[in-house]
Amino acid sequence: MSQKTYAGVVLELNDEGYMLDKKQWTKDIAKAIAQEENIELTDKHFEVIEFLRDRVSKGEGLTIRSIGKSGIVDIKGFYGLFPGAPLKLATRIGGLPKPVSCV
Amino acid sequence: MIQKEEFPLKKVCLICAKGSIEDVYAALVMANGAVMEGIETKVFFTFFGLDAITKKQMTKLHTATVGNPAMRMPNGWAFPSLLGAIPGVEAGVSAMMRNQMEQLDIPTVPEFLEMITAGGGVIYACKLAVDMFKLKKEDLSDEVTDIITIGEFYGLCGGQGTQIIFT
Repeated sequence: MSQKTYAGVVLELNDEGYMLDKKQWTKDIAKAIAQEENIELTDKHFEVIEFLRDRVSKGEGLTIRSIGKSGIVDIKGFYGLFPGAPLKLATRIGGLPKPVSCV
Repeated sequence: MIQKEEFPLKKVCLICAKGSIEDVYAALVMANGAVMEGIETKVFFTFFGLDAITKKQMTKLHTATVGNPAMRMPNGWAFPSLLGAIPGVEAGVSAMMRNQMEQLDIPTVPEFLEMITAGGGVIYACKLAVDMFKLKKEDLSDEVTDIITIGEFYGLCGGQGTQIIFT
């Protein structure tokens, strides 16, 4: 548990850096977290993040396959937008809890 | 609390030598899981594992219904091998399994291979097995990078923090 300030807002984070209170998320906070990872967020990034937030609010599980099928970006593109561990990175930047998925 | 590993996993090399649904999917899920974590991944398909990357076979993988002590009926009873030997049962049970996985959003084998390579994973076929089964590069999936020997595969598995997994 720790606290960090992003875009002027103090956030509660868990040990892995995920926001504890999803409702505090704003686009500026997302940009600030992404800056730490040396990522510049573009509209494409935000489209994917909105898609993920939408799914979580509906209670649906997050899978990398669903992103590929969403039509916003293909899986290769997704890895390009969020290099390394894309699903973990996208959820952290998007203020969502860490995904538990094998696909 | 998850502690940061001092020696994190950096590279995973998977060898898939069997062609039943459960063995192939085990290797594919492990490969994709590693790719999703940003770990460099290489997969080597050999012997019956080649079925998973052969265009004609990859959508028709089966699971054993004869002599499979772990196979159970839907109500939990043990699945009798004699029942499994009846023509059509193996195909039926395998189709049921594939359906179940589709409902859980688990991709089909061709799609899985695409997901692995889309994330940076590299897929190889074993030269020995390819020669043995008299296959050619055109018979294999487009996601297969190359046909190599095990020695060449070992050469790609060097480096600290690398693990080789055999399934």
